[in-house]
Amino acid sequence: MNIASILAKKGGQVFTVGPAHTIRDALSLLAEHNVGALLVVDGANHPVGMLSERDVVRRLARHDTVLDETVESLMTTTLIVGTPGDDLVSVGQTMVEKHIRHLPVMDGGSLVGLVSIGDVVKAQRDHYQGEVDTLQTVLLETPGAPASER
Amino acid sequence: MVSEPDRPGTELRPLRVAVVGSGPTGFYVAEHLFRQPGVVVEVDMFDRLPTPYGLVRGGVAPDHQKIKAVTAAFEKVAANPRFRFYGGVELDTTVTVDDLRRHYHQIVYCTGAQTDRRMGIPGEDLAGSHAATEFVAWYNGHPDYQDRRFDLSVERAAVIGVGNVAIDVARILCRSPEELATTDIADNALEELRRSRVREVYLIGRRGPAQAAFTNPEIKEVGELADADVIVPPDEAELDPVSRAAVERTQDRATSKKVEIIQSYARRAPSGKSRRLILRFLLSPVEVIGDEAGRVIALKLVRTRLEATPTGALQAKPTDRFETLPVGLVFRSVGYRGVPLPGVPFNDAWGVILNEKGRVLEAATKQPVCGEYVAGWIKRGPTGVIGTNKPDAAETVACMFEDLAEGRTLEPREPDPVAVECLVRQRQPRYVGYPDWLRLNEIEVSKGRPSGRPRVKFTSVEEMLAAIGIGSVTRGTGAGS
Repeated sequence: MNIASILAKKGGQVFTVGPAHTIRDALSLLAEHNVGALLVVDGANHPVGMLSERDVVRRLARHDTVLDETVESLMTTTLIVGTPGDDLVSVGQTMVEKHIRHLPVMDGGSLVGLVSIGDVVKAQRDHYQGEVDTLQTVLLETPGAPASER
Repeated sequence: MVSEPDRPGTELRPLRVAVVGSGPTGFYVAEHLFRQPGVVVEVDMFDRLPTPYGLVRGGVAPDHQKIKAVTAAFEKVAANPRFRFYGGVELDTTVTVDDLRRHYHQIVYCTGAQTDRRMGIPGEDLAGSHAATEFVAWYNGHPDYQDRRFDLSVERAAVIGVGNVAIDVARILCRSPEELATTDIADNALEELRRSRVREVYLIGRRGPAQAAFTNPEIKEVGELADADVIVPPDEAELDPVSRAAVERTQDRATSKKVEIIQSYARRAPSGKSRRLILRFLLSPVEVIGDEAGRVIALKLVRTRLEATPTGALQAKPTDRFETLPVGLVFRSVGYRGVPLPGVPFNDAWGVILNEKGRVLEAATKQPVCGEYVAGWIKRGPTGVIGTNKPDAAETVACMFEDLAEGRTLEPREPDPVAVECLVRQRQPRYVGYPDWLRLNEIEVSKGRPSGRPRVKFTSVEEMLAAIGIGSVTRGTGAGS
């Protein structure tokens, strides 16, 4: 299982915002798309940071002027970028270790998607569930005969 | 939610669903649909072949009958009186998506990944270079692949890839005729393999033992073949420093076990069996080399080394060291890929139908297409084992019921089982229903009994239809046959 298998069923849409936009703009995008974080991209559509609800809430607790601040001033800039072929065991491990909740995915220099830790956990859960199911079939079913004969 | 009078899902007005494709995913979708409490669902399942079960019949190796036994669960689904099977009915040629829209509230595409991924190297199309999937379909008796010819008079073959399909192909090539004779392998393939002169089969992975995609039961099995030794060059079985670090970091027991099995093979001394299955790692094909007649004579490989990406995943990078392997047959097994369905939006980047969690999306707006869904490999790409399609189907079915509750279904003009049957009869009088399939199944199974085989497969559509008496006889419309 790799990142591509998650992106394949995400519709290929990545919600982004520019670094110079205000937090007000960003919040309306979060609400509009019903997501918890936006990928911050520069003019060339390259990821430069991540802005999450959490970033906004933290600042809001101290400064109520947060709405007029820029995305750039609040975003997290320690980004780790994945590639579609990266396997989910490694990706999950790295996200947990480095406390990363969203991972932009680049393929040959272009942005192709964004996966969340939730996506990774769900994909891994489904993967293990599938293996268990198949193993149970192998252990419990009698091969060769149709059900009607048993 | 379904109490609203105009909403389908009641005894009087069942929710009518068309499932396109009768592989494991199609059946898991049907199973989840039937399980929903309080909603009455009717499922019509279509398949281009007369026989159901997709890759369980045509993909899973014939010497893996225990895995094929998953069909017992599908038979239970098909026993539901609200289930119908229309075999031999192809989307677009026999019925169109528009036909389905006229008869169903919801349509689910479960067509799988019907083509294989190419290596993209010179010589890939030389005689003797094949897609592993074609060989698999051939030995499994798939009617569309019975005319394929594989030159088994050569002594050495290479399988590119280290997934379960690759290992199936290598194992089948290494099985003795006696081992194969107790399986449901296609008779034609059995005869050809009986005459096979292939003695060395290389299984070639771009990365190392820790990254091989085959699962542990598969790799363990090749160590127990009756007449083939398994060989691994000791230096290639050793983990490189980055792989060792990755295995220690993730603490993945399945991976550690896999490496352990492979390393135990590296320590084995050949016992003089007549065939050899040789596992090779950290090699990537760069060219298939042919002779003047355009036949494969060798495979040029480049040695790779592993590099960690920022996420900690390991990728193979080519070095400047090359090696040439003399082989007369090459099977590529580097992945499957979905093919587009006419009139259904496709996501070319991943080779799947454009979708979000199983809802088909419009290409331009990325908004859901009303009433159309996708599940299985054509939804997420070709990954996982058979059972992986179960949670995948559950996710799609959850979207379907969510949309039903919101009133977002198609509004078919003729949501009527009889109308569909008439339409199918008219376009394809020789369609195969589920009871027909059960008869065909019984005939195949009884043909296998005298020789102790699970079944003897029919490998042509004509044979299948003749066996169950719908060969050249045309069933009349509305005759109630």
